[in-house]
Amino acid sequence: MTRTLVLDDVSKTFPTGTVALDGVSLSVAAGEFVTVVGPSGCGKSTLLRLASGLDEVTGGEIEVNATSTSYVFQEATLLEWRSALRNVELAGELRGAAKPDRRRRAQEALDLVGLSGFEKQHPRQLSGGMRMRVSIARALVAEPDLALFDEPFGALDEITRLRMQTELQSLFELKNFAGLFITHSVSEAVYLSTRVVVMSGRPGRVVADIPVPWSYPRPPELRYEPEFAALTGEVSAALGEHS
Amino acid sequence: MSAAAVNAPAADTQSGTRDVVAQAPARAGVRRGLVSAGAKVWPLLAAVGGIVAVWYAVTYLVLSPERRFLLPPLHQVIGTTVGNPNIMGPMLDALGQTVGVALSGLAIAVVLGIGYAVVMVQAGWVEKILYPYAVILQTIPILALTPLIGIWMGYGFSARIVVCVIIALFPMIANTLFGLQSAGPAAHDLFTLNRATRAQRLFKLQFPAALPSIFTGLRNAAGLSVIGAIVGDFFFQQGLPGIGGLLRVYTLRLNMDALFTAIILTALFGVAVFSVFAALDRAVIGRWYGRGAP
Ligand SMILES: Nc1ncnc2c1ncn2[C@@H]1O[C@H](COP(=O)(O)OP(=O)(O)O)[C@@H](O)[C@H]1O
Ligand SMILES: [Mg+2]
Repeated sequence: MTRTLVLDDVSKTFPTGTVALDGVSLSVAAGEFVTVVGPSGCGKSTLLRLASGLDEVTGGEIEVNATSTSYVFQEATLLEWRSALRNVELAGELRGAAKPDRRRRAQEALDLVGLSGFEKQHPRQLSGGMRMRVSIARALVAEPDLALFDEPFGALDEITRLRMQTELQSLFELKNFAGLFITHSVSEAVYLSTRVVVMSGRPGRVVADIPVPWSYPRPPELRYEPEFAALTGEVSAALGEHS
Repeated sequence: MSAAAVNAPAADTQSGTRDVVAQAPARAGVRRGLVSAGAKVWPLLAAVGGIVAVWYAVTYLVLSPERRFLLPPLHQVIGTTVGNPNIMGPMLDALGQTVGVALSGLAIAVVLGIGYAVVMVQAGWVEKILYPYAVILQTIPILALTPLIGIWMGYGFSARIVVCVIIALFPMIANTLFGLQSAGPAAHDLFTLNRATRAQRLFKLQFPAALPSIFTGLRNAAGLSVIGAIVGDFFFQQGLPGIGGLLRVYTLRLNMDALFTAIILTALFGVAVFSVFAALDRAVIGRWYGRGAP
């Protein structure tokens, strides 16, 4: 199995003196969906910024074996003046893809997230859940080998959030990228991922790495099963001991 | 098969938007446009009516007959001037002159202001160096500077345009700069991750994000350039006559009817300029964000 993303003893100290990460080692292989949970401010976003190349490590090494990496932000981060379709097209446009090609791919991605018929709508005309779907479509349109998600469902209401989890799971099954997903919801972490990585409070360190056994697709009812509760309990305990 | 595709998101569409989508959206947009135009026009007409009412009240109720020349009744003002080509002819020529100066000054201020802001936004240190000049330009009272401009440049068209540009430039610079900096850090990250060039970032992110602020700047600059043109007329009596020059002449001659007509004309010009840019603002920004756009 190729390891798409490898963090080896990674540290990050900001010029302000804040030590955000201290010796984090972590890898994500193709076909893995790894979720990172940790208390707020422990360096989760910093971890993703380092993995994506938006920021540089101050210690350790990062290895990325992906031709294409995508990033889904906490907010949908859509361009208000562009329609849904043209927002999804943006990445291709910036990278110089031919218009018919990038438009066709954008349309396919929108269809995939269930937004057929909403191509011409502007972000202000869409609900929060739909905006996040556009954002995910924009990330998947580049057919990424590595997909990074920074608490993408954190701002959504509970019902939309649960539905988005199911949808994201189907997309992962379909596209089979290596996923690294940040959340502060333990249930979301267990439901979505093949592995849950627990981080301590600042400076962030990996304190537990818990595999999740179930195969996909996972039915939404799985959340009510005793095994599910047992696993979320294990993750919560690891979180509680180190925050 | 993906469950995402099966999950139709119709349920979490904001109601209302859905209705507009279901009906012919273009029609709904036009109708809404007319309604809002009407909603904007009526208060303005009511305000004009209010001003006329106060005018007559002062003329007939406050002023005694021997002092009534200070504020002659509106119908007398219009009656003695509007029908008289010897008065109206020069006045309209002068107004045309002033309009030309104001619009040319505005056009130059828009181009310079946007350009200056674009240069400033390229790097933090560039902004630090260039911004103080804009502030100084703003803080020097234009009345103190105008006579000097006349001495240096003469009293013609170009000197008056310079006065307009100086007075209208700052709101263009400040609003454009604010707008160019309004795109959030995550949006910038998105462009960085997609290896956007500096030009792509400017034209596909910063400029579109700045458009609403640029229109705010434009509205302010338009009003100020009208003032600038009249200030220029006022100081530069020797050159071409503008409506501001006539204001001064009528004042010296105590030609009250002509003076009030000239004031009304300049006010109408100011309102017209403001309304045009406000309407342009609404139309463009509405379309930009997909409101009422087909
Ligand atoms: N650019 C920065 N400069 C200085 N400190 C930062 C910067 N970015 C984040 N931090 C600090 O690093 C710590 C971790 O931040 P972050 O990765 O955003 O945490 P999380 O996403 O887990 O909530 C916080 O204390 C935050 O204040
Ligand atoms: Mg964060």
